[in-house]
Amino acid sequence: MKRVRAEVLSSRSVGNHHSIALVAPEIAERARPGQFIQVAMPASQATVLRRPFAIHKASKQGGWAGTLEFSFDRRGAGTGWLGEVRAHQFLDIVGPLGKGFAQPKSRNNCLLVAEGYAAGQLYFLAEELRARKKRVDMIIGGANQDSIFKAIEGKRLSQTITIVTADGSLGERGRVADVLPSIADRCASDVVYAAGSRSMLKAVADYCLQQHIPSQVAVEERMACGWGQCYTCVVPISSEDGQSVEMVRSCVEGPVFNSTRVDWDAWLRFSGGAT
Amino acid sequence: MRSTLDSEFGGVMLPTPVLVAAGCLRSPKELHGLVDLRKLGGIVTTSITLAPHAGAPVPRITETPSGVLSAVGWQNPGVDAFIEHEIPPLLKTGVPIIVSIAGSSVSEYVQVATALGHAGGIAGLELNLACPDEERGGGIFAHRADRAAEVAGAVSRLTRLPVFAKLSADAYEIVDIAGACVHAGVSGLTLISGPLGMAIGVMSMTPQLGATIGRLSGPAIRPIAVRAVYEVARALPEIPIFGVGGIVEPQHALEMMLAGASAVQVGTAMLVNPSAPVDIAKGLLAYLKAMGLASPSEIGSQPRLSKAGA
Repeated sequence: MKRVRAEVLSSRSVGNHHSIALVAPEIAERARPGQFIQVAMPASQATVLRRPFAIHKASKQGGWAGTLEFSFDRRGAGTGWLGEVRAHQFLDIVGPLGKGFAQPKSRNNCLLVAEGYAAGQLYFLAEELRARKKRVDMIIGGANQDSIFKAIEGKRLSQTITIVTADGSLGERGRVADVLPSIADRCASDVVYAAGSRSMLKAVADYCLQQHIPSQVAVEERMACGWGQCYTCVVPISSEDGQSVEMVRSCVEGPVFNSTRVDWDAWLRFSGGAT
Repeated sequence: MRSTLDSEFGGVMLPTPVLVAAGCLRSPKELHGLVDLRKLGGIVTTSITLAPHAGAPVPRITETPSGVLSAVGWQNPGVDAFIEHEIPPLLKTGVPIIVSIAGSSVSEYVQVATALGHAGGIAGLELNLACPDEERGGGIFAHRADRAAEVAGAVSRLTRLPVFAKLSADAYEIVDIAGACVHAGVSGLTLISGPLGMAIGVMSMTPQLGATIGRLSGPAIRPIAVRAVYEVARALPEIPIFGVGGIVEPQHALEMMLAGASAVQVGTAMLVNPSAPVDIAKGLLAYLKAMGLASPSEIGSQPRLSKAGA
């Protein structure tokens, strides 16, 4: 991994979300879907640590080669500051970090399920899956139509896309978990990839377990360093034989995990105020 | 004048007086490309216990004003597995490795220290005394001179390795406790452990940490550490002190050294900038040259501060 000073190409609102594109060839060349970067904050009372962001795009060739994009919601001091960042400013970033999504070997019908800006990292995955001639279907959810991240891009990348909003302002009314069984059935999905809230990831994991469909989930846990030293971003993961549960660093052994390995009840019970 | 960062600290030869504090460097391979580990002054490991510990529930960390509140809960595989799997890659860095020991009884500290004494290659032991004393109803070892000294003495007597006692400024009597540890035979002190702290989310109405209570680190605690170093150094001028708490920039390390520290440890800053200890050491060298000082030991001997009464 590398630590670089990356120039901001663009910083813009995307509905309720925000997206920043950077010039970071050393990171973009190596980045894989599911991996993340750590962005340094200005030294201030409110922002001491870096902030982790899943990679939404990493262009390796063409006119945008060497650029990287990540998306987020402006909701705290760190993301609030990032939302004010302008083109030609520089950000201190480290990446690519973590283990990304594993490509399916024998399976062909991939269902990608995401909520909010987390759709961004699955669009990156969709590009890679399509390059390998896999079928990609998507379910993208959000609170309302402005929370559906880049729906047109999702449409371009998928065979079918199902949009679900809590208020019904776009697509179907409800939550992504509500439509998951029918879509997975209709698309004959044989592998599922998910990114979003913990409750949604658990719903996906429960469904896939019941249907015997393998699934991979990208988790988010509060994190300090991002490179395996501090043991704060741990997630309870069961051993391969299922006999024991260990607190595993999501920054280096994740953030993508096989959903059957996550001890969901323990994780949700421990997660306290985090969402 | 030729200036050098080489330092001697309580029997350990340090290539620079800027080390990594406990809990912030555990797995060298993941730092590949982010820091030249050979340029660190040394590494204090994460705290190791006798038996494996699963660690605290998440969330284990939350930011507070200018600080980080955390409770990892000693997640570690136990001393035997630590010696087998984690020590070798640390030794490969070539810099002094000081192993931090946590315990819930005097005998646990002793047993872990004994195991580490046989491991070979280790430069020293740091006693994390900010641990609940299960033999005395869960009080903190570092808060009581008699219990801190009991651990310090028991470990110092059994090992030939230099032993450093890490103390907490939560104890008002830190100077007396430091004195008791020195009397018990430690080779140096580490000041300070992060103060205990707590933060509550008002919307979730729950503590921000899974463990409820954690320890504060980062710039927020720097003045607390500087005060502790200053007062202990005045009372015990012969004992070497590691200053630790909120050091981010070279001037923070210098502040700690002017207060009386012989060397410093960098913790939270390392989690943001993995090369922070190397950058800080570079700044120290520039300062030595600018001030016409030959070595870091001459920083602490500057007389001005000691003349200022307290």
